[in-house]
Amino acid sequence: MSYAPNTDADRAAMLRTVGVESIDDLFVDIPVQHRDPTLDLPPALPETDVIRHLAELGARNATSSDLPSFLGAGFYRHFVPALVDQQLLRSEWYTAYTPYQPEMAQGTLQAMYEFQSLVCDLTGMDVSNASLYDGASALAEAVLLCRGLTRRPRVVIADTVHPAYRDVAATYVSALDVDLHVVSAACRDATSVRPDLQPLVNAIDDQTSCVVIQRPDFLGMVVDPDPVIQAAREHGARVVVVVGDPVSLGLLVPLGDLGADIVVGELRSLAGPPAYGGPGAGMFAVRSELIRRVPGRIAGRTMDLDGKNAFVLTLQTREQHIRRERATSNITTNQALVTLGATISLCALGRRGLREIAEQSLTAAHRAAEALAGAGAVIASDAPYVNEFAVHAPGGAAARLERLRKEGNVLAGIDLGCVSPTFDDLILVAATELTTADDVEALASAWAQTQ
Amino acid sequence: MTDEPLIYDLSSPGRRGVRAPLPQFEPVDPTEALPTSELRTDLPLPEASEIDVMRHFLRLSHKNHSVDTAMYPLGSCTMKYNPKVNEVTARTPGLADIHPCQPPATAQGALELIYELEALLASITGFPAVSTQPAAGSQGELCGLLSILAWHQSRGEARTQVLVPDSAHGTNPATGTMSGLEVISLPTADDGGIDLQNLKERLGPGAAAIMLTLPSTLGLFERRILEVVELVHAAGAQVYCDGANMNAMLGRVRPADLGIDVMHLNLHKTFSTPHGGGGPGAGALAVQAHLEPFLPGPRVVRNGEVFELADPPPTSIGRVHSHLGNFGNLVRAYTYIRSLGAEGLREAADDAVLNANYLRASLSDDYDLPYDRICMHEVVLAGTRQRRLGVRTLDIAKRLIDYGIHPPTIYFPIIVDEALMIEPTETESRESLDNFIDVMRRIAREAESDPDKLHDAPVNAPVRRLDEVTANRRPNVRRVPEGGD
Repeated sequence: MSYAPNTDADRAAMLRTVGVESIDDLFVDIPVQHRDPTLDLPPALPETDVIRHLAELGARNATSSDLPSFLGAGFYRHFVPALVDQQLLRSEWYTAYTPYQPEMAQGTLQAMYEFQSLVCDLTGMDVSNASLYDGASALAEAVLLCRGLTRRPRVVIADTVHPAYRDVAATYVSALDVDLHVVSAACRDATSVRPDLQPLVNAIDDQTSCVVIQRPDFLGMVVDPDPVIQAAREHGARVVVVVGDPVSLGLLVPLGDLGADIVVGELRSLAGPPAYGGPGAGMFAVRSELIRRVPGRIAGRTMDLDGKNAFVLTLQTREQHIRRERATSNITTNQALVTLGATISLCALGRRGLREIAEQSLTAAHRAAEALAGAGAVIASDAPYVNEFAVHAPGGAAARLERLRKEGNVLAGIDLGCVSPTFDDLILVAATELTTADDVEALASAWAQTQ
Repeated sequence: MTDEPLIYDLSSPGRRGVRAPLPQFEPVDPTEALPTSELRTDLPLPEASEIDVMRHFLRLSHKNHSVDTAMYPLGSCTMKYNPKVNEVTARTPGLADIHPCQPPATAQGALELIYELEALLASITGFPAVSTQPAAGSQGELCGLLSILAWHQSRGEARTQVLVPDSAHGTNPATGTMSGLEVISLPTADDGGIDLQNLKERLGPGAAAIMLTLPSTLGLFERRILEVVELVHAAGAQVYCDGANMNAMLGRVRPADLGIDVMHLNLHKTFSTPHGGGGPGAGALAVQAHLEPFLPGPRVVRNGEVFELADPPPTSIGRVHSHLGNFGNLVRAYTYIRSLGAEGLREAADDAVLNANYLRASLSDDYDLPYDRICMHEVVLAGTRQRRLGVRTLDIAKRLIDYGIHPPTIYFPIIVDEALMIEPTETESRESLDNFIDVMRRIAREAESDPDKLHDAPVNAPVRRLDEVTANRRPNVRRVPEGGD
């Protein structure tokens, strides 16, 4: 079974047209000693059985219905309206490809243009591309853009940028002449943590191509980035801002207004459930003067021969299929379907809906913090936050998280030891508009129970 | 078809779409939590009703052609049928509503699926180690080249060049540059294969790797593949295979058996995960044992009955994805392979190759065939005969749109004048192919008798040909708010 419709009679007739006797004759260019290996695969399963098998695998994972979850760190469980998935299951969207033939792909192209417009509205930037793979590779591409633009070797990156994003950026530049300099942007005392941008400011010099910060930062904190932006301006460095939770954009001052040159982030939370971390969608937005250096697809508005409004992939001379080794990036396929989901979601939520879920997320996080404090926890975040904060875990975050899960039946958060070993007694807790009062009660009582 | 307004034009102040959840808590005022200076005063998103949003995107979808609409023979993209069961399994709550940071003990099914998929892909390609972390083929290429460079470095060698045939996908040279390598172009021999003499001349001590596409973008299997591999290895370099065309080889040859060192797979091509209007894809990377220490991490490992996430060893090139790749597509690819089994996969390759050869044999009287030999899963024709009549390949492509068929890949590979790269895939029936052949012949007649019909095409699509020059010169890439910039 291969979903192939041809019958043996069809095949026989087609082989006659081709002028060969058997299908084997079509594979004669393969070295004979390596032809026709036996593949060691399990037997084929009919639809019913494969669904059952996958359901069994799924049953061995805990979903948010099984365990109250306060996990965030780039993937947030937000409300995605029902119409989103109904649209994503439309064949015209998901079984099409990159709109190489614009006359047959106006739907995809206009949706891309609307996505780009929404990203610009949310971020305050001038230009957005049609997406990159995920937040992490979007950051890596931003670093590459700044290197190409400034021809400077140094990248200053705050340690409060998502650690996996930092790692991916390091991988992307590993074969290039780039000095990726990770600088502390948060300081500790015994039980708390607060932003401290001074080391970042000090690290920016005339060899710095860009400085990378996150907002809200990986610890959830919101801090005025102005000192960093001013220092970057003084030294001719660019400012790259990673967005923590995209829903926070409904509440916070647009990053373009703050002086960002490039804004990147992960948009999966707007389009669907976390799906174990992928497929995501990397947001990539810039100031207009950088448009010709942007990686990936961009949809543009134009007209057809009759003067009718139409959309087309534009500025393609940036791209690998035209420019080859001189392209701005090697990216081809991006995350179009995920960005379509985010687009529809943002349109259905609209101006008020996005603001409401952002405010509800903020409320849920602050109520969760209060409940934890009531259960004896010390809230470590010594800075304003939207929907993610740090809690002090005496004796270590990892051990406490394990007890909270095993004894308290709650996924309470993430061990912040991944940011820096000095943070390994901090737990990162996220809440959203889907966090219920019962979830918060479960978290607080689990905390009290595991003192 | 009429113009569809932008969603912004369907907006009306105060109109609501979906409702936010009922409040679970006494609200916290944002101005109590955050300094006022941090809060935005305006949020210029559309305000549309749910039905308006639904209809808007539904009407937009009607302007797309898709595999489920009709034939989509886009060369090198493997636009095969996307089985619907894959969409069901990918939406299983236990496989969709799971967070990438949840502890491995609570994600055993997901880890097992990744582990098993890597093992299945290893069996299919013959490579002992596979990483499903890369998000798409191009990212797989980057991982592959970085792994090769790390391997050279581990042997104390610093090599700075990558050899890329002139028929290669544009991603290959672009990846070479991202990997800090000098890209050396290799000319194609008269039979469509690699010119061995030329290869010998260019394979110097600086060569880190050759990137070759198998079957090539001409749809041809490299008949001298064993000699190529031997020459490259003798020069101390590695053989990278662009596996975009793996659909032709399923069950017919395992690339690892040919001596290839590393290969990426496009799960959205060969393994039927949907193309999504331009992604998401998934780009597994398969390598020989000597390159395994360099694969991206973390990796899923099995420890008795338990699956764990192992941090990458110090030799690893590091992470390329924020988590474990495009997991939702891994579920779809796993479902596909389990649905087909070994026999089904081989049948897919057989029918894909038979279908392409049937088109080749049926269309060679009406179109030029630059490489007249048995092809694999795709055939490259040339519109050179029609060009003498004043009709370009672009015109042929646009006329196909009028007949309701998606055009093939055109003007690629770039070494073929007026190229039409046609990949029917195994899921097109003989009747569907006969219809395509009939339409292509009709277009060839129209080129002779009424070339303007082709110049004017398409006339049956939602829009006619577009002004791409103005789009590039004065880019309009977002809706500009009223009174805005």
